[in-house]
Amino acid sequence: MTRSPSHSTTKNGGTGRKASIGRLFSLVGPAFCTILVLFGGGLALGLLQALGYLPALGFSTIGLQHFAHVLQDPDFGKSLILTLYITITSTLTAAVVSVLLALSLLRWAADSRIIHFCLQIPLTVPHLVIAISMILLLAPAGMFSRLFSSLEIIKSPAGFPLLVNDNWGIGILAVYLWKEIPFITFMLLSVLKNMGAELLEVGATLNASRIQRFTHIILPVIAPSLGAACLIVFAFTFGAFEVPFLLGRTYPLTLPVWAYKNYSDIDLLARPEGIAIGLIIAAIVIIAIVLSQILLHFGRRRGLTI
Amino acid sequence: MKVRRWILFASILLSVLLPFLPLLLWSISERWFYPGLLPQSFGLRAWNYVFGTAGSQILTGLWASFSLALVTTIVSLILGIPAGRALGLYDFPGKKLVSLFLILPIIVPPLSVSMGLHFWFIQLRLAETFLGVVLIHLSFCLPYTIFVIRGVFTDYNPDFEQQARSLGASPVHIIMRVMLPMILPGITVAALFSFLLSWSQYLSTLIIGGGKMLTLPILLFSLMDSGDRPVAAAVSLVFILPAFIALLGSAHRLGRSGLQGVR
Repeated sequence: MTRSPSHSTTKNGGTGRKASIGRLFSLVGPAFCTILVLFGGGLALGLLQALGYLPALGFSTIGLQHFAHVLQDPDFGKSLILTLYITITSTLTAAVVSVLLALSLLRWAADSRIIHFCLQIPLTVPHLVIAISMILLLAPAGMFSRLFSSLEIIKSPAGFPLLVNDNWGIGILAVYLWKEIPFITFMLLSVLKNMGAELLEVGATLNASRIQRFTHIILPVIAPSLGAACLIVFAFTFGAFEVPFLLGRTYPLTLPVWAYKNYSDIDLLARPEGIAIGLIIAAIVIIAIVLSQILLHFGRRRGLTI
Repeated sequence: MKVRRWILFASILLSVLLPFLPLLLWSISERWFYPGLLPQSFGLRAWNYVFGTAGSQILTGLWASFSLALVTTIVSLILGIPAGRALGLYDFPGKKLVSLFLILPIIVPPLSVSMGLHFWFIQLRLAETFLGVVLIHLSFCLPYTIFVIRGVFTDYNPDFEQQARSLGASPVHIIMRVMLPMILPGITVAALFSFLLSWSQYLSTLIIGGGKMLTLPILLFSLMDSGDRPVAAAVSLVFILPAFIALLGSAHRLGRSGLQGVR
Protein backbone atom coordinates (compact mmCIF):
# COMPACT_ATOMS: atom_id res chain seq x y z
CA MET A 1 0.00 0.00 0.00
CA THR A 2 2.88 2.34 -0.53
CA ARG A 3 1.32 4.63 -3.05
CA SER A 4 3.32 7.54 -4.24
CA PRO A 5 2.24 10.04 -6.87
CA SER A 6 4.84 8.63 -9.26
CA HIS A 7 2.68 5.54 -9.18
CA SER A 8 -0.25 7.07 -10.91
CA THR A 9 1.89 8.68 -13.56
CA THR A 10 3.66 5.43 -14.41
CA LYS A 11 0.36 3.60 -14.37
CA ASN A 12 -1.02 5.82 -17.11
CA GLY A 13 2.12 6.41 -19.10
CA GLY A 14 3.78 3.00 -18.78
CA THR A 15 7.40 2.50 -17.90
CA GLY A 16 8.60 2.17 -21.45
CA ARG A 17 10.73 -0.86 -20.55
CA LYS A 18 10.27 -4.19 -22.23
CA ALA A 19 11.35 -7.67 -21.29
CA SER A 20 11.25 -10.93 -23.21
CA ILE A 21 8.22 -13.20 -22.75
CA GLY A 22 10.42 -15.92 -21.24
CA ARG A 23 11.88 -13.54 -18.70
CA LEU A 24 8.47 -12.16 -17.76
CA PHE A 25 7.17 -15.66 -17.42
CA SER A 26 9.94 -16.69 -15.08
CA LEU A 27 9.43 -13.55 -12.97
CA VAL A 28 5.64 -13.56 -12.67
CA GLY A 29 4.93 -17.24 -13.30
CA PRO A 30 5.64 -18.72 -9.84
CA ALA A 31 3.64 -16.07 -7.98
CA PHE A 32 0.85 -16.18 -10.55
CA CYS A 33 0.51 -19.97 -10.34
CA THR A 34 0.57 -19.90 -6.52
CA ILE A 35 -2.23 -17.35 -6.38
CA LEU A 36 -4.12 -19.08 -9.19
CA VAL A 37 -4.09 -22.41 -7.34
CA LEU A 38 -4.70 -21.10 -3.81
CA PHE A 39 -7.03 -18.18 -4.47
CA GLY A 40 -8.64 -19.12 -7.76
CA GLY A 41 -8.78 -22.77 -6.72
CA GLY A 42 -10.24 -21.86 -3.34
CA LEU A 43 -13.05 -19.83 -4.87
CA ALA A 44 -13.73 -22.38 -7.63
CA LEU A 45 -13.83 -25.32 -5.22
CA GLY A 46 -15.95 -23.26 -2.86
CA LEU A 47 -18.38 -22.60 -5.70
CA LEU A 48 -18.57 -26.31 -6.54
CA GLN A 49 -19.38 -27.13 -2.91
CA ALA A 50 -21.88 -24.29 -2.64
CA LEU A 51 -23.59 -25.67 -5.77
CA GLY A 52 -24.00 -28.92 -3.89
CA TYR A 53 -21.23 -30.97 -5.46
CA LEU A 54 -19.80 -32.99 -2.56
CA PRO A 55 -19.00 -36.45 -3.94
CA ALA A 56 -17.35 -37.53 -0.68
CA LEU A 57 -20.66 -37.09 1.12
CA GLY A 58 -22.66 -38.66 -1.67
CA PHE A 59 -24.07 -35.43 -3.12
CA SER A 60 -23.23 -34.97 -6.75
CA THR A 61 -26.17 -33.02 -8.10
CA ILE A 62 -25.39 -29.46 -9.01
CA GLY A 63 -27.91 -26.73 -8.41
CA LEU A 64 -28.53 -23.35 -6.93
CA GLN A 65 -30.58 -24.66 -4.00
CA HIS A 66 -28.06 -23.58 -1.34
CA PHE A 67 -27.77 -20.07 -2.74
CA ALA A 68 -31.56 -19.89 -3.06
CA HIS A 69 -31.98 -21.09 0.50
CA VAL A 70 -29.58 -18.47 1.82
CA LEU A 71 -31.04 -15.63 -0.25
CA GLN A 72 -34.62 -16.52 0.73
CA ASP A 73 -33.77 -16.74 4.41
CA PRO A 74 -35.33 -13.69 6.16
CA ASP A 75 -32.12 -13.47 8.22
CA PHE A 76 -30.10 -12.77 5.09
CA GLY A 77 -31.58 -9.31 4.62
CA LYS A 78 -31.04 -8.44 8.28
CA SER A 79 -27.47 -9.72 8.16
CA LEU A 80 -26.70 -7.83 4.99
CA ILE A 81 -28.11 -4.57 6.36
CA LEU A 82 -26.18 -4.97 9.62
CA THR A 83 -22.93 -5.74 7.78
CA LEU A 84 -23.40 -2.83 5.38
CA TYR A 85 -24.31 -0.51 8.26
CA ILE A 86 -21.13 -1.38 10.18
CA THR A 87 -18.92 -1.27 7.09
CA ILE A 88 -20.24 1.97 5.60
CA THR A 89 -20.48 3.83 8.92
CA SER A 90 -16.95 2.90 9.97
CA THR A 91 -15.42 3.56 6.55
CA LEU A 92 -17.08 6.96 6.03
CA THR A 93 -16.44 8.15 9.59
CA ALA A 94 -12.81 7.00 9.38
CA ALA A 95 -12.42 8.79 6.02
CA VAL A 96 -13.79 12.12 7.29
CA VAL A 97 -11.79 12.03 10.54
CA SER A 98 -8.65 10.99 8.65
CA VAL A 99 -8.88 13.90 6.20
CA LEU A 100 -9.29 16.37 9.08
CA LEU A 101 -6.54 14.68 11.08
CA ALA A 102 -4.10 14.56 8.16
CA LEU A 103 -4.66 18.24 7.42
CA SER A 104 -4.17 19.30 11.03
CA LEU A 105 -1.10 17.10 11.35
CA LEU A 106 0.31 18.68 8.23
CA ARG A 107 -0.23 22.12 9.73
CA TRP A 108 0.85 21.59 13.29
CA ALA A 109 2.93 18.47 13.54
CA ALA A 110 4.54 17.95 10.17
CA ASP A 111 7.83 16.92 11.69
CA SER A 112 6.88 15.39 15.01
CA ARG A 113 8.42 11.94 15.22
CA ILE A 114 6.51 11.09 18.38
CA ILE A 115 3.13 11.66 16.76
CA HIS A 116 4.12 9.71 13.68
CA PHE A 117 5.33 6.86 15.83
CA CYS A 118 2.13 6.92 17.88
CA LEU A 119 -0.04 6.80 14.79
CA GLN A 120 1.77 3.68 13.67
CA ILE A 121 1.00 1.78 16.86
CA PRO A 122 -2.60 0.93 15.86
CA LEU A 123 -1.35 -0.42 12.53
CA THR A 124 0.56 -3.16 14.34
CA VAL A 125 -2.08 -4.17 16.90
CA PRO A 126 -4.25 -7.10 15.77
CA HIS A 127 -8.01 -6.50 15.62
CA LEU A 128 -8.49 -9.31 18.12
CA VAL A 129 -6.45 -7.58 20.84
CA ILE A 130 -8.16 -4.26 20.39
CA ALA A 131 -11.55 -6.00 20.45
CA ILE A 132 -10.66 -7.53 23.84
CA SER A 133 -9.49 -4.16 25.08
CA MET A 134 -12.76 -2.52 23.96
CA ILE A 135 -14.71 -5.13 25.91
CA LEU A 136 -12.66 -4.27 29.02
CA LEU A 137 -13.26 -0.54 28.39
CA LEU A 138 -16.88 -0.36 27.24
CA ALA A 139 -18.68 -3.35 28.79
CA PRO A 140 -21.38 -2.66 31.43
CA ALA A 141 -18.77 -3.35 34.12
CA GLY A 142 -15.88 -1.99 32.07
CA MET A 143 -13.51 0.82 32.91
CA PHE A 144 -15.72 3.65 31.61
CA SER A 145 -18.63 2.35 33.64
CA ARG A 146 -16.35 2.19 36.72
CA LEU A 147 -15.19 5.73 36.05
CA PHE A 148 -18.75 7.09 35.85
CA SER A 149 -19.68 5.06 38.87
CA SER A 150 -16.86 6.44 40.99
CA LEU A 151 -17.83 9.94 39.84
CA GLU A 152 -21.32 8.96 41.04
CA ILE A 153 -22.91 9.71 37.68
CA ILE A 154 -24.33 6.20 37.56
CA LYS A 155 -25.23 3.94 40.49
CA SER A 156 -24.71 0.45 39.07
CA PRO A 157 -23.50 -1.25 35.86
CA ALA A 158 -27.16 -1.30 34.79
CA GLY A 159 -27.09 2.49 34.62
CA PHE A 160 -24.33 2.42 32.00
CA PRO A 161 -25.46 2.48 28.34
CA LEU A 162 -24.98 -0.77 26.46
CA LEU A 163 -21.94 -0.26 24.20
CA VAL A 164 -20.88 -3.88 23.67
CA ASN A 165 -23.09 -6.51 22.02
CA ASP A 166 -25.49 -3.59 21.47
CA ASN A 167 -28.04 -2.71 18.80
CA TRP A 168 -25.90 -0.09 17.13
CA GLY A 169 -22.60 -1.94 17.04
CA ILE A 170 -20.87 0.85 18.99
CA GLY A 171 -18.12 -1.45 20.26
CA ILE A 172 -17.48 -2.84 16.77
CA LEU A 173 -17.34 0.66 15.27
CA ALA A 174 -14.95 1.80 18.03
CA VAL A 175 -12.50 -1.01 17.20
CA TYR A 176 -12.61 -0.32 13.48
CA LEU A 177 -12.23 3.44 13.88
CA TRP A 178 -9.25 2.98 16.20
CA LYS A 179 -7.62 0.73 13.60
CA GLU A 180 -8.63 2.45 10.35
CA ILE A 181 -8.21 6.15 11.10
CA PRO A 182 -4.42 5.88 11.51
CA PHE A 183 -4.26 3.70 8.38
CA ILE A 184 -6.09 6.18 6.14
CA THR A 185 -4.34 9.16 7.77
CA PHE A 186 -0.98 7.63 6.94
CA MET A 187 -1.86 7.11 3.31
CA LEU A 188 -3.12 10.70 3.06
CA LEU A 189 -0.08 12.17 4.81
CA SER A 190 2.35 10.56 2.39
CA VAL A 191 0.47 12.13 -0.56
CA LEU A 192 0.05 15.51 1.09
CA LYS A 193 3.74 15.71 1.92
CA ASN A 194 4.70 15.01 -1.67
CA MET A 195 2.30 17.72 -2.79
CA GLY A 196 4.33 20.39 -1.03
CA ALA A 197 3.12 23.80 0.06
CA GLU A 198 3.50 25.53 -3.32
CA LEU A 199 0.07 24.66 -4.69
CA LEU A 200 -1.62 25.95 -1.55
CA GLU A 201 0.47 29.12 -1.64
CA VAL A 202 -0.58 29.71 -5.24
CA GLY A 203 -4.17 29.17 -4.17
CA ALA A 204 -3.73 31.66 -1.35
CA THR A 205 -2.22 34.31 -3.61
CA LEU A 206 -5.16 33.87 -5.97
CA ASN A 207 -7.42 34.71 -3.03
CA ALA A 208 -8.93 31.26 -2.70
CA SER A 209 -10.82 30.80 0.53
CA ARG A 210 -9.93 27.94 2.85
CA ILE A 211 -12.87 25.92 1.61
CA GLN A 212 -11.96 26.63 -2.03
CA ARG A 213 -8.37 25.57 -1.39
CA PHE A 214 -9.68 22.38 0.16
CA THR A 215 -12.14 21.46 -2.60
CA HIS A 216 -10.02 22.59 -5.56
CA ILE A 217 -6.48 21.75 -4.47
CA ILE A 218 -6.31 19.32 -1.58
CA LEU A 219 -9.25 17.09 -2.41
CA PRO A 220 -8.21 16.36 -6.02
CA VAL A 221 -4.68 15.57 -4.83
CA ILE A 222 -5.72 13.16 -2.10
CA ALA A 223 -8.76 11.67 -3.87
CA PRO A 224 -7.04 8.65 -5.48
CA SER A 225 -5.31 7.64 -2.24
CA LEU A 226 -8.37 8.34 -0.15
CA GLY A 227 -10.48 6.26 -2.52
CA ALA A 228 -8.01 3.38 -2.50
CA ALA A 229 -7.71 3.43 1.28
CA CYS A 230 -11.49 3.51 1.71
CA LEU A 231 -11.92 0.59 -0.67
CA ILE A 232 -9.38 -1.49 1.24
CA VAL A 233 -11.00 -0.62 4.55
CA PHE A 234 -14.47 -1.33 3.15
CA ALA A 235 -13.47 -4.71 1.75
CA PHE A 236 -11.65 -5.73 4.92
CA THR A 237 -14.44 -4.68 7.27
CA PHE A 238 -17.12 -6.32 5.16
CA GLY A 239 -15.40 -9.70 5.35
CA ALA A 240 -14.02 -9.53 8.91
CA PHE A 241 -15.00 -12.09 11.50
CA GLU A 242 -13.28 -11.56 14.87
CA VAL A 243 -14.59 -8.14 15.85
CA PRO A 244 -18.34 -8.67 15.18
CA PHE A 245 -18.02 -12.16 16.67
CA LEU A 246 -16.68 -10.81 19.97
CA LEU A 247 -18.49 -7.48 20.16
CA GLY A 248 -21.66 -8.09 18.16
CA ARG A 249 -25.08 -9.34 19.21
CA THR A 250 -26.18 -12.93 18.83
CA TYR A 251 -28.96 -11.84 16.47
CA PRO A 252 -28.76 -10.65 13.77
CA LEU A 253 -25.23 -11.78 12.91
CA THR A 254 -22.97 -10.07 10.38
CA LEU A 255 -22.56 -12.01 7.14
CA PRO A 256 -19.06 -13.39 7.91
CA VAL A 257 -20.11 -14.58 11.38
CA TRP A 258 -23.25 -16.13 9.94
CA ALA A 259 -21.18 -17.82 7.21
CA TYR A 260 -18.78 -19.35 9.73
CA LYS A 261 -21.62 -20.39 12.05
CA ASN A 262 -23.17 -22.36 9.20
CA TYR A 263 -19.83 -23.71 8.05
CA SER A 264 -18.89 -25.03 11.49
CA ASP A 265 -22.38 -26.44 12.17
CA ILE A 266 -22.53 -30.07 13.30
CA ASP A 267 -25.07 -30.59 10.53
CA LEU A 268 -22.92 -31.14 7.46
CA LEU A 269 -25.80 -29.99 5.27
CA ALA A 270 -25.36 -26.46 6.62
CA ARG A 271 -21.77 -26.40 5.34
CA PRO A 272 -22.52 -25.65 1.66
CA GLU A 273 -24.74 -22.82 2.84
CA GLY A 274 -21.86 -21.38 4.86
CA ILE A 275 -19.67 -21.52 1.77
CA ALA A 276 -22.46 -19.94 -0.30
CA ILE A 277 -22.61 -17.02 2.15
CA GLY A 278 -18.80 -16.72 1.94
CA LEU A 279 -19.03 -16.48 -1.84
CA ILE A 280 -21.86 -13.94 -1.64
CA ILE A 281 -19.59 -11.83 0.61
CA ALA A 282 -16.80 -12.10 -1.96
CA ALA A 283 -19.20 -11.19 -4.78
CA ILE A 284 -20.57 -8.14 -2.94
CA VAL A 285 -17.05 -6.88 -2.21
CA ILE A 286 -15.94 -7.34 -5.83
CA ILE A 287 -19.12 -5.70 -7.19
CA ALA A 288 -18.65 -2.74 -4.81
CA ILE A 289 -15.07 -2.27 -6.00
CA VAL A 290 -16.00 -2.50 -9.69
CA LEU A 291 -18.93 -0.09 -9.26
CA SER A 292 -16.77 2.45 -7.46
CA GLN A 293 -14.16 2.23 -10.22
CA ILE A 294 -16.81 2.81 -12.89
CA LEU A 295 -18.24 5.76 -10.96
CA LEU A 296 -14.76 7.25 -10.57
CA HIS A 297 -14.08 6.75 -14.25
CA PHE A 298 -17.29 8.50 -15.34
CA GLY A 299 -16.72 11.19 -12.76
CA ARG A 300 -13.32 11.95 -14.26
CA ARG A 301 -14.65 12.00 -17.80
CA ARG A 302 -17.29 14.49 -16.79
CA GLY A 303 -14.54 16.70 -15.47
CA LEU A 304 -15.39 16.25 -11.82
CA THR A 305 -12.37 16.76 -9.69
CA ILE A 306 -13.26 14.20 -7.08
CA MET B 1 -1.69 28.01 17.58
CA LYS B 2 0.42 26.46 20.29
CA VAL B 3 -2.66 25.49 22.29
CA ARG B 4 -4.32 23.79 19.34
CA ARG B 5 -1.14 21.91 18.61
CA TRP B 6 -1.07 20.60 22.15
CA ILE B 7 -4.74 19.67 22.08
CA LEU B 8 -4.09 17.71 18.89
CA PHE B 9 -1.05 15.98 20.42
CA ALA B 10 -2.84 15.13 23.65
CA SER B 11 -5.96 13.76 21.95
CA ILE B 12 -3.92 11.57 19.58
CA LEU B 13 -1.78 10.23 22.43
CA LEU B 14 -4.79 9.62 24.63
CA SER B 15 -6.89 7.83 22.03
CA VAL B 16 -3.98 5.68 20.81
CA LEU B 17 -2.78 4.68 24.26
CA LEU B 18 -6.11 4.38 26.12
CA PRO B 19 -6.92 0.80 24.98
CA PHE B 20 -3.64 -0.43 26.45
CA LEU B 21 -4.57 0.77 29.93
CA PRO B 22 -7.23 -1.89 30.72
CA LEU B 23 -4.95 -4.61 29.31
CA LEU B 24 -2.08 -3.54 31.57
CA LEU B 25 -4.28 -3.10 34.65
CA TRP B 26 -6.16 -6.37 34.20
CA SER B 27 -2.92 -8.29 33.66
CA ILE B 28 -1.58 -7.21 37.07
CA SER B 29 -4.86 -7.31 38.98
CA GLU B 30 -5.56 -9.89 41.63
CA ARG B 31 -9.00 -8.70 42.72
CA TRP B 32 -10.92 -6.05 40.80
CA PHE B 33 -14.57 -5.77 41.79
CA TYR B 34 -17.03 -3.23 40.49
CA PRO B 35 -17.07 -0.25 40.95
CA GLY B 36 -13.38 0.05 41.79
CA LEU B 37 -11.67 2.25 39.22
CA LEU B 38 -8.40 0.50 40.04
CA PRO B 39 -7.91 -3.13 41.11
CA GLN B 40 -8.41 -3.71 44.85
CA SER B 41 -5.22 -5.73 44.94
CA PHE B 42 -2.39 -6.07 42.48
CA GLY B 43 -0.40 -9.21 41.84
CA LEU B 44 1.39 -11.26 39.26
CA ARG B 45 -0.98 -14.25 39.22
CA ALA B 46 -1.78 -13.82 35.51
CA TRP B 47 1.85 -13.40 34.53
CA ASN B 48 2.87 -16.37 36.67
CA TYR B 49 0.20 -18.37 34.90
CA VAL B 50 1.34 -17.21 31.45
CA PHE B 51 5.02 -17.90 32.03
CA GLY B 52 4.69 -20.65 34.66
CA THR B 53 1.64 -22.91 34.78
CA ALA B 54 0.67 -22.45 31.15
CA GLY B 55 4.17 -21.48 30.11
CA SER B 56 4.71 -24.37 27.72
CA GLN B 57 1.33 -23.82 26.05
CA ILE B 58 1.93 -20.10 25.57
CA LEU B 59 5.44 -20.77 24.37
CA THR B 60 4.13 -23.33 21.89
CA GLY B 61 1.58 -20.77 20.71
CA LEU B 62 4.24 -18.09 20.36
CA TRP B 63 6.42 -20.47 18.39
CA ALA B 64 3.53 -21.64 16.18
CA SER B 65 2.56 -18.03 15.37
CA PHE B 66 6.15 -16.94 14.87
CA SER B 67 7.24 -19.83 12.67
CA LEU B 68 4.07 -19.59 10.57
CA ALA B 69 4.52 -15.87 10.04
CA LEU B 70 8.24 -16.25 9.33
CA VAL B 71 7.88 -19.04 6.77
CA THR B 72 4.92 -17.27 5.10
CA THR B 73 6.92 -14.06 4.90
CA ILE B 74 10.01 -15.73 3.43
CA VAL B 75 8.03 -17.60 0.78
CA SER B 76 6.04 -14.42 0.00
CA LEU B 77 9.27 -12.51 -0.56
CA ILE B 78 10.86 -15.22 -2.70
CA LEU B 79 7.80 -15.36 -4.97
CA GLY B 80 6.77 -11.73 -4.62
CA ILE B 81 10.01 -9.88 -5.38
CA PRO B 82 10.34 -11.22 -8.97
CA ALA B 83 6.63 -10.70 -9.65
CA GLY B 84 6.71 -7.20 -8.17
CA ARG B 85 9.74 -6.42 -10.30
CA ALA B 86 8.01 -7.54 -13.49
CA LEU B 87 4.86 -5.54 -12.68
CA GLY B 88 6.71 -2.44 -11.55
CA LEU B 89 9.48 -2.32 -14.11
CA TYR B 90 8.27 -3.66 -17.43
CA ASP B 91 5.45 -3.05 -19.87
CA PHE B 92 3.74 -6.07 -21.35
CA PRO B 93 0.37 -6.85 -22.89
CA GLY B 94 -2.20 -7.91 -20.31
CA LYS B 95 -0.26 -6.28 -17.49
CA LYS B 96 -3.34 -4.60 -16.04
CA LEU B 97 -5.25 -7.85 -16.01
CA VAL B 98 -2.39 -9.76 -14.39
CA SER B 99 -1.98 -7.01 -11.76
CA LEU B 100 -5.68 -7.05 -11.04
CA PHE B 101 -5.72 -10.81 -10.59
CA LEU B 102 -2.66 -10.80 -8.34
CA ILE B 103 -4.11 -8.03 -6.18
CA LEU B 104 -7.68 -9.35 -6.01
CA PRO B 105 -6.96 -11.58 -2.97
CA ILE B 106 -6.26 -8.39 -0.97
CA ILE B 107 -9.87 -7.39 -1.53
CA VAL B 108 -11.64 -10.74 -1.26
CA PRO B 109 -11.84 -11.82 2.40
CA PRO B 110 -9.74 -14.87 3.38
CA LEU B 111 -12.87 -16.40 4.89
CA SER B 112 -14.35 -17.15 1.45
CA VAL B 113 -11.12 -18.74 0.19
CA SER B 114 -10.42 -20.76 3.35
CA MET B 115 -13.85 -22.38 3.38
CA GLY B 116 -13.47 -23.38 -0.27
CA LEU B 117 -9.97 -24.80 0.17
CA HIS B 118 -10.65 -26.68 3.40
CA PHE B 119 -12.42 -29.66 1.85
CA TRP B 120 -9.73 -30.01 -0.80
CA PHE B 121 -6.96 -29.67 1.81
CA ILE B 122 -8.53 -32.49 3.85
CA GLN B 123 -8.26 -34.79 0.85
CA LEU B 124 -4.67 -33.73 0.17
CA ARG B 125 -3.90 -34.28 3.88
CA LEU B 126 -2.91 -30.63 4.15
CA ALA B 127 -5.62 -29.76 6.67
CA GLU B 128 -4.41 -29.50 10.27
CA THR B 129 -0.79 -29.28 9.10
CA PHE B 130 1.79 -26.51 9.26
CA LEU B 131 2.16 -26.51 5.49
CA GLY B 132 -1.59 -26.20 4.95
CA VAL B 133 -1.83 -23.15 7.18
CA VAL B 134 1.24 -21.59 5.51
CA LEU B 135 -0.48 -22.06 2.15
CA ILE B 136 -3.70 -20.38 3.28
CA HIS B 137 -1.74 -17.47 4.79
CA LEU B 138 0.23 -17.26 1.57
CA SER B 139 -2.98 -16.76 -0.40
CA PHE B 140 -3.29 -13.22 1.01
CA CYS B 141 0.27 -12.43 2.21
CA LEU B 142 1.78 -12.97 -1.24
CA PRO B 143 -0.58 -10.48 -2.97
CA TYR B 144 0.23 -7.85 -0.34
CA THR B 145 3.94 -8.45 -0.83
CA ILE B 146 3.63 -8.15 -4.61
CA PHE B 147 1.66 -4.92 -4.15
CA VAL B 148 4.35 -3.32 -1.97
CA ILE B 149 7.29 -4.56 -4.07
CA ARG B 150 5.61 -3.36 -7.29
CA GLY B 151 5.48 0.13 -5.79
CA VAL B 152 9.17 -0.11 -4.92
CA PHE B 153 10.13 -1.08 -8.46
CA THR B 154 8.23 1.77 -10.12
CA ASP B 155 10.86 4.09 -8.62
CA TYR B 156 13.75 1.74 -9.34
CA ASN B 157 16.47 2.47 -11.87
CA PRO B 158 17.72 -0.73 -13.53
CA ASP B 159 20.59 1.10 -15.25
CA PHE B 160 22.75 0.35 -12.23
CA GLU B 161 22.39 -3.35 -12.98
CA GLN B 162 23.50 -2.69 -16.54
CA GLN B 163 26.60 -0.90 -15.27
CA ALA B 164 27.43 -3.75 -12.88
CA ARG B 165 26.99 -6.22 -15.74
CA SER B 166 29.32 -4.26 -18.01
CA LEU B 167 31.85 -4.34 -15.17
CA GLY B 168 31.65 -8.13 -15.21
CA ALA B 169 29.29 -8.90 -12.32
CA SER B 170 27.46 -12.23 -12.45
CA PRO B 171 23.61 -12.32 -12.25
CA VAL B 172 23.78 -13.57 -8.63
CA HIS B 173 26.21 -10.80 -7.82
CA ILE B 174 23.91 -8.22 -9.38
CA ILE B 175 20.94 -9.43 -7.34
CA MET B 176 22.88 -9.60 -4.07
CA ARG B 177 25.04 -6.51 -4.38
CA VAL B 178 22.96 -4.15 -6.53
CA MET B 179 19.27 -4.95 -6.56
CA LEU B 180 18.64 -6.15 -2.99
CA PRO B 181 20.53 -3.32 -1.27
CA MET B 182 18.65 -0.77 -3.39
CA ILE B 183 15.21 -2.14 -2.59
CA LEU B 184 15.97 -3.09 1.02
CA PRO B 185 13.65 -0.50 2.64
CA GLY B 186 10.79 -1.74 0.45
CA ILE B 187 11.59 -5.34 1.31
CA THR B 188 11.53 -4.47 5.02
CA VAL B 189 8.08 -2.91 4.68
CA ALA B 190 6.79 -5.85 2.64
CA ALA B 191 8.21 -8.33 5.14
CA LEU B 192 6.70 -6.54 8.14
CA PHE B 193 3.44 -6.32 6.31
CA SER B 194 3.28 -9.97 5.51
CA PHE B 195 4.51 -10.98 8.97
CA LEU B 196 1.86 -8.94 10.78
CA LEU B 197 -0.88 -10.16 8.46
CA SER B 198 -0.04 -13.78 9.18
CA TRP B 199 0.64 -13.08 12.87
CA SER B 200 -2.81 -11.62 13.52
CA GLN B 201 -4.76 -14.11 11.42
CA TYR B 202 -7.49 -15.98 13.28
CA LEU B 203 -10.28 -17.45 11.17
CA SER B 204 -8.31 -18.91 8.27
CA THR B 205 -5.90 -20.55 10.74
CA LEU B 206 -8.87 -22.00 12.62
CA ILE B 207 -10.56 -23.35 9.47
CA ILE B 208 -7.48 -24.92 7.89
CA GLY B 209 -5.58 -25.67 11.13
CA GLY B 210 -8.71 -27.22 12.64
CA GLY B 211 -7.62 -26.56 16.22
CA LYS B 212 -4.32 -28.40 15.72
CA MET B 213 -2.32 -25.26 15.00
CA LEU B 214 -2.65 -23.48 18.34
CA THR B 215 -1.42 -20.03 17.41
CA LEU B 216 -1.66 -17.12 19.85
CA PRO B 217 -4.90 -15.71 18.38
CA ILE B 218 -6.54 -19.11 18.78
CA LEU B 219 -5.34 -19.42 22.39
CA LEU B 220 -6.54 -15.88 23.03
CA PHE B 221 -10.04 -16.66 21.75
CA SER B 222 -10.37 -19.69 24.01
CA LEU B 223 -9.10 -17.63 26.97
CA MET B 224 -11.77 -15.00 26.31
CA ASP B 225 -14.36 -17.78 26.26
CA SER B 226 -13.14 -19.14 29.59
CA GLY B 227 -13.59 -15.65 31.05
CA ASP B 228 -10.21 -15.37 32.79
CA ARG B 229 -9.72 -11.66 32.10
CA PRO B 230 -6.32 -11.16 33.78
CA VAL B 231 -4.79 -14.02 31.79
CA ALA B 232 -6.47 -12.93 28.54
CA ALA B 233 -5.10 -9.41 29.11
CA ALA B 234 -1.59 -10.74 29.78
CA VAL B 235 -1.64 -12.92 26.64
CA SER B 236 -2.93 -9.95 24.63
CA LEU B 237 0.13 -8.01 25.71
CA VAL B 238 2.41 -10.92 24.77
CA PHE B 239 0.60 -11.01 21.42
CA ILE B 240 1.27 -7.35 20.55
CA LEU B 241 4.85 -7.29 21.84
CA PRO B 242 6.69 -8.66 18.74
CA ALA B 243 4.83 -6.28 16.42
CA PHE B 244 5.67 -3.44 18.73
CA ILE B 245 9.36 -4.38 18.72
CA ALA B 246 9.26 -4.60 14.93
CA LEU B 247 7.69 -1.13 14.85
CA LEU B 248 10.43 0.29 17.08
CA GLY B 249 13.07 -1.27 14.84
CA SER B 250 11.45 -0.08 11.64
CA ALA B 251 10.79 3.42 12.98
CA HIS B 252 14.50 3.69 13.54
CA ARG B 253 15.34 2.16 10.19
CA LEU B 254 12.72 3.52 7.84
CA GLY B 255 12.52 7.01 9.25
CA ARG B 256 9.33 8.90 8.74
CA SER B 257 7.83 6.87 5.94
CA GLY B 258 7.48 4.13 8.55
CA LEU B 259 4.95 1.39 8.20
CA GLN B 260 2.55 3.29 6.01
CA GLY B 261 -0.05 0.97 4.70
CA VAL B 262 0.36 -1.86 7.17
CA ARG B 263 -2.97 -2.86 8.64
